[in-house]
Amino acid sequence: MLIIDNLKVAINGKVILKGISLEVKAGEIHALMGPNGSGKSTLAAILAGREFAEVLEGTVTYMGKNLLEMPAEERSREGIFLGFQYPIEIPGVSMVNFMKTAVNEHRKHKGLDPLSASDFLKLMREKKELVEIDSKLANRSVNEGFSGGEKKKNEIFQMAMLEPKLAILDETDSGLDIDALRIVANGVNKLKRPDTSAIVITHYQRLLDYIVPDVVHVLYDGRIVKTSGRELALELEEKGYDWIKKDAEKNEL
Amino acid sequence: MEKDQDKIISEVTSGEYKYGFYSDIEMERIPKGLNEDIIRIISGKKGEPEWLLEFRLKAFRHWKTMKMPGWANLKIPDIDYQDIIYYAAPKPKNAPGSIEEIDPELKRTFDRLGIPLEEQKHLAGMAVDAVMDSVSVKTTFRETLAEAGIIFCSFSDAVKEYPDLVKRYMGTVVPYTDNFFAALNSAVFSDGSFCYIPKGVRCPMELSTYFRINAANTGQFERTLLVADEESYVSYLEGCTAPMRDENQLHAAIVEIIAENNAEVKYSTVQNWYPGDKNGKGGIFNFVTKRGLCRGENSKISWTQVETGSAITWKYPSCILRGDNSVGEFYSVAVTNNHQQADTGTKMIHIGKNTKSTIVSKGISAGFSQNSYRGLVKVLKNASGARNFSQCDSLLLGDKCGAHTFPYLEVDNQTAIVEHEATTSKIGEDQIFYCNQRGISTEDAIGLIVNGYAKEVINKLPMEFAVEAQKLLQISLEGSVG
Repeated sequence: MLIIDNLKVAINGKVILKGISLEVKAGEIHALMGPNGSGKSTLAAILAGREFAEVLEGTVTYMGKNLLEMPAEERSREGIFLGFQYPIEIPGVSMVNFMKTAVNEHRKHKGLDPLSASDFLKLMREKKELVEIDSKLANRSVNEGFSGGEKKKNEIFQMAMLEPKLAILDETDSGLDIDALRIVANGVNKLKRPDTSAIVITHYQRLLDYIVPDVVHVLYDGRIVKTSGRELALELEEKGYDWIKKDAEKNEL
Repeated sequence: MEKDQDKIISEVTSGEYKYGFYSDIEMERIPKGLNEDIIRIISGKKGEPEWLLEFRLKAFRHWKTMKMPGWANLKIPDIDYQDIIYYAAPKPKNAPGSIEEIDPELKRTFDRLGIPLEEQKHLAGMAVDAVMDSVSVKTTFRETLAEAGIIFCSFSDAVKEYPDLVKRYMGTVVPYTDNFFAALNSAVFSDGSFCYIPKGVRCPMELSTYFRINAANTGQFERTLLVADEESYVSYLEGCTAPMRDENQLHAAIVEIIAENNAEVKYSTVQNWYPGDKNGKGGIFNFVTKRGLCRGENSKISWTQVETGSAITWKYPSCILRGDNSVGEFYSVAVTNNHQQADTGTKMIHIGKNTKSTIVSKGISAGFSQNSYRGLVKVLKNASGARNFSQCDSLLLGDKCGAHTFPYLEVDNQTAIVEHEATTSKIGEDQIFYCNQRGISTEDAIGLIVNGYAKEVINKLPMEFAVEAQKLLQISLEGSVG
């Protein structure tokens, strides 16, 4: 589904990603871990199409297409979803209107007619239940005045509405209490289908108790320094990142 | 609604000012220039009574003593008032009256503007007075309205048919001495709409005037006079467009509203004069004096404006709240893009007791434009219990444009409560990226954000106009984010 090959990226001349290679197959969940500043969020933003960094080298192929050539909205319509670490507030634009525009853009891309108002509201109701989101949120402006937990739940709600093929969740667990964490994780699990994939970026093993990854990568200083099965996450939880850092530095020498 | 959405999208991708065409209509013009002879010619063309010619001449003599106001936050190039044609009218083929006698090219022009002159084709529930350059070419539903006792006709017809009403009210809200442009208009005004709603009548349809500038080197100087007698109600709309030209054209209008006891007037404007090109070449200079007098107790005047056009806009629709318990409202969205300049706002003058006013102004600036809100809230000594609430918001797109707020407060009564709130915000790249990431293109994202921001004002417009205004906002900001 997604093949990243030797991706090197700089922001304002500073090299942040120093050659990332990674393949996510259909149906897989990958966890991306690593200390602060290792480049996890940069990778997520690059995949989603944010134009803030310069790709120096490497390729990203998504469903057989050159992902880096597609504008951000095209990537979304082709099935890439980014759950934001810090969801953005858009005053004056109701969630209903926002989602209706987004869903209909996706439908148009697939050659489908826009949803009627009643079908759309029905869809919203279904998905709201799935992520246990308060129905009042839908009538408020996008993320405006939402609590941290509500914002994160709202990201999962939007994901449910858009049914992506590849979901990239950037620290969706940060700032969540244990109940909200469970709801968010359950939402992700319920939306999982055999042909969809996810990249889950997190600092903590606890999210991975709920969302069970097939592969765990550790990113450090712009490189993937370790890739392994689920047990790697447990090891990190126990020992922290120091040993990874030491290993990485040893390898560099 | 979905169909509208799609239409918006296709219009956004095409982008251009879509009313910029010119109609080849046989015109009658008078020579360029401004002097007493010209004024006599205009008055003569209209077959005006002596008192009106006298009014014009007095206004002209007063105008000559005045200077163009310099206090607005606008850079106005010198205007040569002798280089303008003050009267241009489509030549009548026959004596106008029925629709068959209207020049087919004229009909086509208004069809293209979405204003069919045939009543049966028209939007149900809306009567239109169509004004091109210096004359009104057709007023629809005159007869239907007359059955309810409502007078709705061109200003010229009103002078002929209802001279007493015109004489009684004209110039009582905006005297010719009021300001430079009001004096100019009073001297050379050519046409406009007149409307009188009699006692106790609720006008059964929306009334509207559509202003079209067509001829080159001309100015448009129309006058609108709207009188709502006791216990009456009317909702009135105006729209306006002009061809794309490299030269600037002058538009200086006067609107006067009078509301008697318990009367209510809702006046909505969608101003879409040609704004000039991307480099600031051409466009209409829009200098307008609009004022309403709440003369009666419990009367109410509400202004709603969506200003997207004109190279320069200088406009302050105001309310004089003379009757006790009268109410004034001003809801405005002003968009400036490229090199447009707008200095617009309102004046709320509280004279009567327990008078209330509300001001909601939403400025949107993009490109290299300058957008100013200027508003006065004045509470006189005897206006006990007066209340005002003002909210002025500015939204910036990009970093080369400017937003300015000039609120003036003069309160001479201690019981008055006056509130003012102001915000400034920017459409952030992160907001646009957030929309992009959900599959929404940048143009649509801006449309969504801007319409969300302006919603409070747009919602005050009648339905058909609200849809039109939403489209306009998006189109006006086309290409404003790189």
